Amino acid sequence: MSLTNLTHIARSQGDPRIERKGPSSLTGPDRLARALGWFSIGLGVAELVAPGRIARTLGLDGKEGLIRAYGARELASAVPTLSINKPVGLAARLGGDALDLATLATALHRDNPQRRNAAIATAVVAGIALLDLAAYAGVKAVHRRDPGSERDYSDRSGLPRGAEASRGLARKDFRIPPDYRAEGTVADALPTSGA
Amino acid sequence: MKALVWHGKEDVRYDTVSDPQIEHPRDAIIKVTSCAICGSDLHLFHNLIPAMLPGDILGHESMGEVVEVGSAAKGTLKKGDRVVIPFTIQCGECDQCRRGNFSVCQRTNRKGELGDKAFGHRTAGLFGYTHLTGGYPGGQAEYLRVPFADTTHVKVPDGIDDEKLLFLSDILPTGWQAAVQADIQPGDTVAIWGCGPVGQMTIRSATLLGAEQVIAIDHLPERLGMAAAAGAITINFMEESVIDRLNELTGGEGPHKCIDAVGAESHVNTGQPDTLLDRAKQMLMAENDRPHVLREMIYVCRPAGVISIIGVYTGLIDKIPMGQAMNKGLTFRMAQAHVPRWTGDLLRRIEDGQIDPSFVITHKVDLSQGPEMYRTFRDKADSCIKVMLRP
Repeated sequence: MSLTNLTHIARSQGDPRIERKGPSSLTGPDRLARALGWFSIGLGVAELVAPGRIARTLGLDGKEGLIRAYGARELASAVPTLSINKPVGLAARLGGDALDLATLATALHRDNPQRRNAAIATAVVAGIALLDLAAYAGVKAVHRRDPGSERDYSDRSGLPRGAEASRGLARKDFRIPPDYRAEGTVADALPTSGA
Repeated sequence: MKALVWHGKEDVRYDTVSDPQIEHPRDAIIKVTSCAICGSDLHLFHNLIPAMLPGDILGHESMGEVVEVGSAAKGTLKKGDRVVIPFTIQCGECDQCRRGNFSVCQRTNRKGELGDKAFGHRTAGLFGYTHLTGGYPGGQAEYLRVPFADTTHVKVPDGIDDEKLLFLSDILPTGWQAAVQADIQPGDTVAIWGCGPVGQMTIRSATLLGAEQVIAIDHLPERLGMAAAAGAITINFMEESVIDRLNELTGGEGPHKCIDAVGAESHVNTGQPDTLLDRAKQMLMAENDRPHVLREMIYVCRPAGVISIIGVYTGLIDKIPMGQAMNKGLTFRMAQAHVPRWTGDLLRRIEDGQIDPSFVITHKVDLSQGPEMYRTFRDKADSCIKVMLRP
């Protein structure tokens, strides 16, 4: 059962219910960014809870603390990636990819018995970095506001009689209702001098 | 029928849904002829207000033709009537409605217990605006069921285009109330933060109510241009200091009246460092809104001045300088618009040619383009200020 069908329990009998889903406001880059954000959360949690296992698998023994820090970094970049400010999160992810690749490079030496795993991980991170780059460029492009492309709305006054002729026009037949008066008339109530 | 349906953050879809049905004798169903995307819909688009559920139909600015009337609404409505639907649903009978406080009607929120918990006391039911306000399906659709229809409609005459009437549903009375609750008096300097659709209506309302000097604050050139078209002095906060400029324009005294037409989502930029902190907290769910405008208004407002808040806030805010507000003796007024309190008067002003709200429409498209237009409106792309949709 889909989520939208499940939420129908919160609706009354006469409320419309979805029969067929149509096109969405989410673009491809938005969806990719969202997937990368959730991936960040998954990887971040794994790095936080199992840094020793990751270190052993990659031949990075002794770097458990660093891996745990990278886990926190993944979670921190996931938050903006899943928000409406995706470019911030994706830029952070790209920076993180560079750090990951630099760290993995230290595990690619011939003496590392887990060198093959490290090479696979490097290839995966490189692939994900490309996805991050594609998502970053994509969301920047689809949500772009072209500078200098503003339209001129200087003829849209909305006041058919003109701004100056309209000033105070409503006061002829409208008084601020008593319950909306904010300005007191205290000055009028003060005793006048000499009174 | 077709409708714009919320599926999650930034995910609005043009779905096929079942037609609405009359549920209660006071209900009516309208065939929507025009509807619009409101700035406050973007708070839902960004999932800032809790209690939206996937499958909720959006939209609270709608008008159309009555096609079905419940037995108890037949005294006031009939098939074929042309109506604008206020975004607030009101019973017209409770104590709050009798006082004219329609947006806090005590009887129309069908999920009032949620409202009680969230707000302390329930507020009125609203169309397409979370289950905290009733979870009523919205009007960005081909058909709309209107609960309490006998008191939740504005009858409008034939012969005037939808473009001029549609905004009686929300942004025109909202902008008007922003100006009225500021208690604008002739000779006042009124500063208005935010030149979105509500800000634009507020600028016109302040002028009609006699403000001597209307100052409009934003950073988007096309919005500032539209504000200047109504005679407002404009301040681009990306280019100059709002506080310095307001003091300069008021001989160092500050504006008499300050109006917040921005609300929850102040523009984030390095020139306003508090917005960066607010945005970070918002992402971590440590704060709901970014109240930069509120802080700035309190600081710059003239002592004994009035702060009118009409921009929508959603929850908890931090670092509000209450010491400044209290010691300066500021008056705060705020509310969701009590729409029917003003619509009769505003309809007459439209008919009389005092105001033509259609000026604000920058994009007029088919309902099917709704998902794309949510994106365009949010990104402020293509000089988009107001989107009108035709089902």
